[in-house]
Amino acid sequence: MLKPEISSVIAASNTKDSLRRRLRLGERFIESWIFLAGLFAIIILVGIIAILIKEGLPIFTYSSPWQFLFGTKWYPTSEPPTFGILPFFLSTLMITLIATAAAVPIGVGCAAYLAELAPPRIRETVKPIIELLAGVPSVMMGFIGLMLLSPLVRSIFHLNTGLCGLTAAIMLSLMSLPIIVSVSEDALHAVPKEFKEASYALGATKWETIRHVCIPAALSGIGAAIMLGVGRAIGETMTVLMVAGGALAVPLSPTDPMTTMTSAIASGIGNAVRGGLQYQALFAIGLILFIMTLAVNLIADKVLERQKRKFAR
Amino acid sequence: MVDRWLIAFYIYVVVNIAVIVLAVIKAKMTRKISERTAFVFLGLATALAVLPVLFIIVYTIINGAGAISWSFLTQAPSQAGKAGGILPVIIGTFYLMLGTLVFALPIGVMAGIYLTEYARDNWLTRLINMAIMNLAGVPSIVFGLFGLSVFVLAFHFGLSLLAASLTLASQALAMVITTSREAILAVPREYREGSLAIGVTKWQTVRHIVLPQALPGIITGAVLAISRAAGETAPILVTGAAFLVPRLPGSPLDQFMALPYHLYTVSSNVPGMSKTTMWGVALVLLVVVLSFDVLAAVIRFRSRQRI
Repeated sequence: MLKPEISSVIAASNTKDSLRRRLRLGERFIESWIFLAGLFAIIILVGIIAILIKEGLPIFTYSSPWQFLFGTKWYPTSEPPTFGILPFFLSTLMITLIATAAAVPIGVGCAAYLAELAPPRIRETVKPIIELLAGVPSVMMGFIGLMLLSPLVRSIFHLNTGLCGLTAAIMLSLMSLPIIVSVSEDALHAVPKEFKEASYALGATKWETIRHVCIPAALSGIGAAIMLGVGRAIGETMTVLMVAGGALAVPLSPTDPMTTMTSAIASGIGNAVRGGLQYQALFAIGLILFIMTLAVNLIADKVLERQKRKFAR
Repeated sequence: MVDRWLIAFYIYVVVNIAVIVLAVIKAKMTRKISERTAFVFLGLATALAVLPVLFIIVYTIINGAGAISWSFLTQAPSQAGKAGGILPVIIGTFYLMLGTLVFALPIGVMAGIYLTEYARDNWLTRLINMAIMNLAGVPSIVFGLFGLSVFVLAFHFGLSLLAASLTLASQALAMVITTSREAILAVPREYREGSLAIGVTKWQTVRHIVLPQALPGIITGAVLAISRAAGETAPILVTGAAFLVPRLPGSPLDQFMALPYHLYTVSSNVPGMSKTTMWGVALVLLVVVLSFDVLAAVIRFRSRQRI
């Protein structure tokens, strides 16, 4: 890059001083706006944290953190109200686990196929379709779960209602696929060609190379992909709100109707009195949710960075 | 005697060779077979990832097409959404997309310029990048809580189009920044140096050399971001979307109807809703969102061809 002094010397030689100063002033003005815009991401993130803490923490003067986190009864409108979010937490956990368990083999298998086996033409058709899947709104996935999947789940498992944790988990597994596929595929692509060539030279078949060379070398990237998929599943709201059933009890089996942390907020916030106990409790759930997704994302980011450094050339 | 031993030895050697060869062939075979099986599974995984979305799109088109008519697209809903059309719903969604764009695009692009052209590699820049990365992972309902507390209550915008647009814009910001940063980074360094070398100031270089080159990438990001915004439900659920508003929003402080919220309500909260209407709403939503996705893909493809 050129030093700014040089450009100012050139500018001084062919423009009048006052004009230059005016230009400079205008430039400073714009540049300060640009700096401010650069800070906006931090402002919003800090704003979110501040709001969640300010509105959510006061609930702990009414209900102890222990009661709040491990209480099994959520009766926000009874007298006196009780706020125990264990059912929501366990529902989120169960649905996320099932969704991830279903999405990981499919997602990583698809990524391996796209990165190592697929002929270019198939690759170029499959990738946009998976991007399309990422673009389908969550309310649409909820609608499909409601109309098509829940009757199926109901008849297969002989349930009273098909609106249950399992239905939500299946839809969520579909929704976390795009990110798992694209991040794992990037990780597999980053594996140096020399690794594979060395493996072929030793007489390994293509599958043996994928299984014992490519996947282990890309493992941290695949791990990050899985973490990002988990983050997606934890934070997903509409699909769960529409198909998970909405029961407030502690879930015992995946086929029980459930309320997750996200759907508890979404279904309760409309009726909560502003600044009231339920309002605070919902913001506190939001705070816990935020911390969970933040942790998942930070881990994924760290892992991805390490992977990038590993094969940096 | 010796002959017999010799023959026995030969047989022994031949048998050994045969055993080894057979073992090798067998190993090769099982390796081939296991490779075949593995590849079948990988292909199956790919099919499982691809087919559901195709199925969803085709099924929605088939079921929703019956509901689409001129009156469905141009009339207001009546009888709790059971009759009439969804015109105000579509228009509400377009207002939301516009609002998101107006707030998120300038700030996002300027932040992208800051990060690529001005920021040094220091703790502040790292903090900004970390914030962007984390914003992208914040659950949409948490953005809803943020919008409710800040824009609806603290700023006194009430449950309104303005509050919802600002909430969606906050959510879209991370994506707009990331895509404009990528687009600006892709502009060759020589362009900037050439401009600076003839005495053009830094901002003028950015404004007249870098931004025009980065424009297709920036537009792609903006289109993708508003396509996301059009499909978001949870943030607008708590910041101003309403199921039945008698008229179009006349000011940014009015409540509004929007496609994703309408789909949620007609499918989950209104008993006795006709399935055709539900699929019709779903189809319109899907067309709006995916057509913007396709538009983004086309812009990206064409700009790549140009280079």
